[in-house]
Amino acid sequence: MSNKLIDLSNISKAYGGHTVLDELNLYIRENEFLTLLGPSGCGKTTTLRIIGGFETPDSGQVIFDGQDITHLPPNKRQLNTVFQKYALFSHMSVAENIAFGLKIKNKSRQYIDDKIKYALKLVNLEGYENRSPESLSGGQQQRIAIARAIVNEPKVLLLDEPLGALDLKLRQDMQYELIRMKKELGITFVYVTHDQEEALTMSDTIVVMNQGYIQQIGTPEKIYNEPENAFVADFIGDSNILPGIMVEDRLVNILGATFQCVDEGFGKNTPVDVVIRPEDVDLVKPEDGTIRGVVTHLIFKGVHYEMEVTANNYEWLVHSYEMFPVGTEVGIRVVPFDIQIMNKPISEDEEAVNLEA
Amino acid sequence: MKRRRLLAGPYLFWSVSFIIIPLFLIVWYGLTSADGGFTLQNIAKITTPENLKALGLSLLLAFLCTVICLLLAYPLAMILSQSSLSQSSFIVLIFILPMWMNFLLRTLAWQTLLEKNGVINQVLALLHLPAIDIINTPYAIVLGMVYDFLPFMVLPIYNVLVKLDQDMVNAARDLGANSVQTFLKIILPQSVPGIISGITMVFVPAMTTFVISDLLGGGKVLLIGNVIEQTFKQGNNWNLGSGLSLVLMVFVIASMGIVNKYDKDETGGAF
Repeated sequence: MSNKLIDLSNISKAYGGHTVLDELNLYIRENEFLTLLGPSGCGKTTTLRIIGGFETPDSGQVIFDGQDITHLPPNKRQLNTVFQKYALFSHMSVAENIAFGLKIKNKSRQYIDDKIKYALKLVNLEGYENRSPESLSGGQQQRIAIARAIVNEPKVLLLDEPLGALDLKLRQDMQYELIRMKKELGITFVYVTHDQEEALTMSDTIVVMNQGYIQQIGTPEKIYNEPENAFVADFIGDSNILPGIMVEDRLVNILGATFQCVDEGFGKNTPVDVVIRPEDVDLVKPEDGTIRGVVTHLIFKGVHYEMEVTANNYEWLVHSYEMFPVGTEVGIRVVPFDIQIMNKPISEDEEAVNLEA
Repeated sequence: MKRRRLLAGPYLFWSVSFIIIPLFLIVWYGLTSADGGFTLQNIAKITTPENLKALGLSLLLAFLCTVICLLLAYPLAMILSQSSLSQSSFIVLIFILPMWMNFLLRTLAWQTLLEKNGVINQVLALLHLPAIDIINTPYAIVLGMVYDFLPFMVLPIYNVLVKLDQDMVNAARDLGANSVQTFLKIILPQSVPGIISGITMVFVPAMTTFVISDLLGGGKVLLIGNVIEQTFKQGNNWNLGSGLSLVLMVFVIASMGIVNKYDKDETGGAF
């Protein structure tokens, strides 16, 4: 995970006057599992298509392994794509699908047969050579699409929401499968998804995008525990985003009550946004809490209970293994380490700052 | 359920009286002689030199017309399927516009255009170019057929191409195919169902036409359709006309059978 394999610099792209990507900068390291994460229309798929060569940026450069490939057609690029709806060739058998790229490159019959066997073994579909793609389930088609891409030994595999059409159980299984394949192949994966859980499970690096801008780049832990702005905090998992005032270093005033925290360097009496994850809110006896509230909603979620607690005119979202019935008076406590302080956006535009990696 | 079935009544009446009964009559007339006895004579008449020649020419011209239509229609359908909606609806309009006119009128227009002293030759004379003299030849008939039937080739091909998953094309490019390879290995095979229905919709009417050959062939070029028409109208021989019609029907069905079989081999059974 050392040198930059793909380097996108100042990429802009607009469709009919609507800007999709604005001066995007991003690099992808060798052997990295990088996920582009964001809501629909954030520009993540366009970014992937620009790397794949299916779109040409209006301005900016795509550098691959030290070479400018901005205007190189897809068939000349050393990467392969797994498409969202699989895009298998329905007039060919599974084996012919997998062999497609190799036949184009005039590989020998023996080499192609070996590769088909190897790829089908990798995706756990041995013996499916002569089946028609249309006779396979969604999950199996997805695996064939992956097999078809990886037999070409690409340096990078691009995956465009490959699990989007699968049901929950299968999706979770495929997440582990993909991690396993990635390890076995030892190549770079660039993965596009709008599913934050998928991103957290599989990635080495997550790139959170919104409205054509990169919001934050970091490891899954960093993105989850230390979101850089309210958008990231809100998009990655549930969170309480509260208005607060940084009284001084390590002391923040939230909804009129003073909490200890670990953040420094925000100055004195600075308005800030405070993120507290629902599982980090501790419910205690009323007299032990920093602030008091009343439980207003209770839902059993399986592993935990989800509650809403109204305290100081704010609905706190709380996840807890303990159950407090609706109407219970509780105290709210948060350990300093679990309070995440963020600068308030200065203007609307600021909400989408372009952050360098 | 019963009430719904009643809704099919008008069509049932229509098809029985105008499709099933006439078909039955053709078979009946075709297999009987003037005095009412069973005979295969009418069908055997196809083997007379004139009739064989007409049938052969019909097959040949229909084949030529289909090939030319395919060569013209495919690129056009591709352009249409790739252009934006506003552009393509304009092209489609220009293209469909002549279809709104009766095809007899359009064929008559070609007659006027192609005449010895017709518009085309007058223009050519003005430019001091040699006159073209194709009226009353098979060339004029093929031209008229292509002009009349081309839309029936374009539309089905356009329909498959416009529904073709663009990511399938992208996938082929992604796997290293250049644009020619992508066309030959992906786009063309994927559009076979459209080509098949286009061929069906052009070949069958071209094979059986007698009006186009009448107007642009000037009675000098006889197709099997003209032979049958003359047998009915001038010879007033319904038995022979029906017999020849049966032969023509068999040829049409056989041609379609060959085309569909080929299609099954290619795509694993789209029909």
